[in-house]
Amino acid sequence: MPNFEHPEYPEATLLHLESMVPCRESQVSSLLSIFGERQHFSFPSIFIYGHTSCGKTYVMQTLLETLELPHVFVNCVECFTSRLLLEEILTQLQSLSSEKKHGSHVPCDTFNDFVRLFKQEIITQDLQNQTVYIVLDKAEQLREMEANVLPGFLRLQEMTDRNVTVIFLSEIVWELFRPNTGCLEPFTLYFSDYSIVCRDLKELRHLAALNFTKYCEPVVRGEANERDTRRLWKNIESHLKKAMQTVYLREISSSQWERIQKDDGEPGHLKGLSAHAHVELPYYSKFLLIAAYLASYNPARTDKRFFLKHHGKIKKTNFLKKHEKTSNHLLGPKPFPLDRLLAILYSIVDNKVAPTANIFSQITSLVTLQLLTLVGHDDQLDGPKYKCTVSLDFIRAIARTVNFDIIKYLYDFL
Amino acid sequence: KMVLAQVVYQGKNDSEDSGLRFATCQLLWKQINSETEKIQEELNKQLFDNLIHFLRQSHSELQTKKTEWMCRMKSSEIPTAALVLGVNVTDHDMTFKSLSEVLQDNVTPYVVSLQAKECPGIKHLLQKLMGQLMDCNVDVDSSEEEECVNISQKKIRCSMASLSKWYESVTKKTDSETPSKKRTSSSRHWQSPPIVVIFKDMESFTTKVLQDFIVISSQHIREFPLVLIFGIATSPMIIHRLLPHSVSSLLCIELFQSLSCKEHLATVIDKLLLTTQFPFKLSEKVLQVLINIFLYHDFSVQNFIKGFQLSIVEHFYSQPLSVLCCQLLEAKKRVNSLSHNQCENIRSLPSFRRYVESQVSEKQIALLTEDSFLKEVTQTLLEDLHIYHENYFTVLRCLHVFTTSLPKYPLGKQIRELHCACLGKSVWETEEYESAIQLLRMLAKDELVAILQKCAEIFISSSGKQFSNTVEKLEEFLARFQNLEETSEVQDVSVSSQKELQKTTDLYHLQKTLLALKESKRSKKLTKFEMLRFEVVDFIDSLVRSYLAPAEMQTLNEVVYFNTANTLREHLNAAPRIALHTALNNPYCYLKNQTLKSDVGCISNTAPDICIVYKLHLECGRLINLVDWLEAFSTVVTAVEGTDPDAVATDQVDEIIHARFIRAVSELELLGFIKPSKQKTDHVARLTWGGC
Repeated sequence: MPNFEHPEYPEATLLHLESMVPCRESQVSSLLSIFGERQHFSFPSIFIYGHTSCGKTYVMQTLLETLELPHVFVNCVECFTSRLLLEEILTQLQSLSSEKKHGSHVPCDTFNDFVRLFKQEIITQDLQNQTVYIVLDKAEQLREMEANVLPGFLRLQEMTDRNVTVIFLSEIVWELFRPNTGCLEPFTLYFSDYSIVCRDLKELRHLAALNFTKYCEPVVRGEANERDTRRLWKNIESHLKKAMQTVYLREISSSQWERIQKDDGEPGHLKGLSAHAHVELPYYSKFLLIAAYLASYNPARTDKRFFLKHHGKIKKTNFLKKHEKTSNHLLGPKPFPLDRLLAILYSIVDNKVAPTANIFSQITSLVTLQLLTLVGHDDQLDGPKYKCTVSLDFIRAIARTVNFDIIKYLYDFL
Repeated sequence: KMVLAQVVYQGKNDSEDSGLRFATCQLLWKQINSETEKIQEELNKQLFDNLIHFLRQSHSELQTKKTEWMCRMKSSEIPTAALVLGVNVTDHDMTFKSLSEVLQDNVTPYVVSLQAKECPGIKHLLQKLMGQLMDCNVDVDSSEEEECVNISQKKIRCSMASLSKWYESVTKKTDSETPSKKRTSSSRHWQSPPIVVIFKDMESFTTKVLQDFIVISSQHIREFPLVLIFGIATSPMIIHRLLPHSVSSLLCIELFQSLSCKEHLATVIDKLLLTTQFPFKLSEKVLQVLINIFLYHDFSVQNFIKGFQLSIVEHFYSQPLSVLCCQLLEAKKRVNSLSHNQCENIRSLPSFRRYVESQVSEKQIALLTEDSFLKEVTQTLLEDLHIYHENYFTVLRCLHVFTTSLPKYPLGKQIRELHCACLGKSVWETEEYESAIQLLRMLAKDELVAILQKCAEIFISSSGKQFSNTVEKLEEFLARFQNLEETSEVQDVSVSSQKELQKTTDLYHLQKTLLALKESKRSKKLTKFEMLRFEVVDFIDSLVRSYLAPAEMQTLNEVVYFNTANTLREHLNAAPRIALHTALNNPYCYLKNQTLKSDVGCISNTAPDICIVYKLHLECGRLINLVDWLEAFSTVVTAVEGTDPDAVATDQVDEIIHARFIRAVSELELLGFIKPSKQKTDHVARLTWGGC
């Protein structure tokens, strides 16, 4: 007895469909009832949302293909301009009934053209008597396109006067889509997570695929049978933990992981990406970065305290302002002007540094390496401002290589 | 190159062989350049081999997978090579260029290199990508040219769909052709060569572009085999910073690391400078300038080589006798055809004068008056210089083997440091050398033997024949060490004296024997090993003293050594702010106008207006009052013309002076010294501080 009941489709098809979409029966049956019979007009637009890999794309694809409904499936990330998107829809529409796999290219610049061409195409394809479904996957991209695209798709049925339903698939809620000029509200449908623990089915599948052979090993060796879950779990547990720390975080690649498994070796000798955090820099670049870090995390008022020889005894409490009680490290880096950077540089480098062209180009290279960022760069002559973007650990490692005790120069650690 | 030729020709008249010098310079550079390319190729070989192996694996693996669902899982990941190249970004271009050449030769014709600045958006990225791919198609098969032109005229739709369609059509064609590629038979995937996309500067790409590209292409990964290569300058952590987990989970990342730039430099120095292969040499100071720029500023081997090139050009341009800076045989020939002028040039070389002074008086006269005799002597001196170099490099390498085994490396860890120490002054007179020798005297036997063996190898492989004695001596030492092992005996001298000590009871005698004992301990008979060790160290010391004399002491060293470090520094490590300050503060420095010369400290009215305005502004604070400034300017300017009392009396600034002031101030603004301020009306803000 199938869960789905629908007069339109044969029972076998429905049974097959049910077997294809485990845990998504309720959503599928509500979709089925919304769709109605082939010739029925359905909702002009349906908005389906849910977390990553909770089966939105898969369910829609399976549903439409199993029931052989005329449909067009487009990914909005891939069609990054409205023109590409519209043309892609038309091209796919062309190939719906005709034998040739790829329809010829249809130039389509505006939504107006699209409506006109769409109407024509429906007639040439002889689809007037069925609902045509347009599925827009990753629909959040539509918000980046021209303002008329999203409202246009929502009202496509009305504008084309054809039997068409647009289905949006998205990971975010409809409220974040709603244009402020108003629009036709779609029917919204939520796809819940498959279970509370699994947040990403794809990742689960990925890890399972990688570790399944290891899991089976005791069975293969004859030490346990398939039902002996405790023993099997014991065997896989430590292994799986290692996988969570490495492959799952993409510290090492899946093929490397497989190679390790094959050799039965420890992943210890293979360092992950994060193990290579050390960056070798030229001598003055190191000091420039240290100076930038100091300038970013120390208030400018305190420079006197750190960089003048005879600053007298100024205790931290003396220049502690009320709002500065929070650590600067919690607040993040602050922008500083070029002159301050150079002034600090001159005072922390032991020997004399000339402001040569090389020094300035080193600052620029640090910016391209994303170790510094340029803030508000409208006018280069107007004294550019920078921020230091490296972490405390990173700068401490750098400072250690030049025997500079950076903690002594940081206001937060006074 | 044309410009260079003109410069060299104009430099000195042809009696100083400028034409020949230019030709020599070019030939030398050509040789050196090809050598550097060879070095680079060798150094990259390992890395490239690994990468090619990875590329081969990446898509062929899919076919051999056991379980089908695992294969499906894996196939949705894009194989990605994270290529860590170090922060010397200027060198990367070269690496990427040879990488894509190697890949095109060995793996696939479809190699695309992308730069962040060309790809501000996903659209541009795809445009660039497809543009490069379609072009390479033309290269592969010229018969398809027409069709390709058609495609490009149609203004290719930049979508992945059209890319996969293109790929399908291209591979179909090559399939129908006879399998021309060499390895087709062995691996199936060769029939569908991967598309390799290189992101040259990963750090500069925006996250949005990268993410979109990866998401889009991961959906088409089954239609065409795509491989990404991320060029990373800092650390692979940047991947995690740029890509969220949902995107990086689409990649199958493997890490590759290139040789560090310091090792690269060491090889370059070893192959270009510490060899007699090239006659041209750098003096200690010049080498120091180049190395300092490398270590302190840019880590760029390319820049180091460029600096080396500049030294060559500068040397051949400024030193007339550089015509003799070529291979020994050729140089000897050239000596014969030197003009009288050039002979005089030789006579005025400091090292040659020193040489003349050390000769007997008849020979002195002959050297200074007879060109033919001078030429004869020059030939032998050149030969001496050549032999000096041959010996120098061999002994230097030998000494380096010794010094690298010492704790804390008193003479430096790298051979270049040792080379600099020896080039500049007599190394044996330095403290560092002294302490190094002290430490050598404490080496353990195993170490010493190993070092001696290495040294023997160096001497044997050296081209100089004069080292046969040295090799013999070293082998003798080694043999003696060998013998030591067999006949190691304990000395019982001290033991017996100990017994004597116990026997004596008389205080006087006790004191006496104690003293004797102390004496004997000081000049205590050394063990045989210690004796031998002393001998070895003394031998090395004698080698150093006789062969590692500084280059400046060698006669005619000016011919092959480039030593104007200042020129090089000015060119390579320019200080624009200082130059600008000098120009404005002391215009005589550049204008060479006598009227400006007397000007010290005070502000001369004969100086250009901008200089006056600049000097006045140096005395101001952060904000400068324009009216006061104009007043001061007018006072300075009229002080010369001085004779116009009316202008001063009326308190009205002359219109022309006013105009000159405005012009000068706007010039300063253009140069970035001041900017208009909104804080106070009629004020401008200063932007620079300090003298430079």
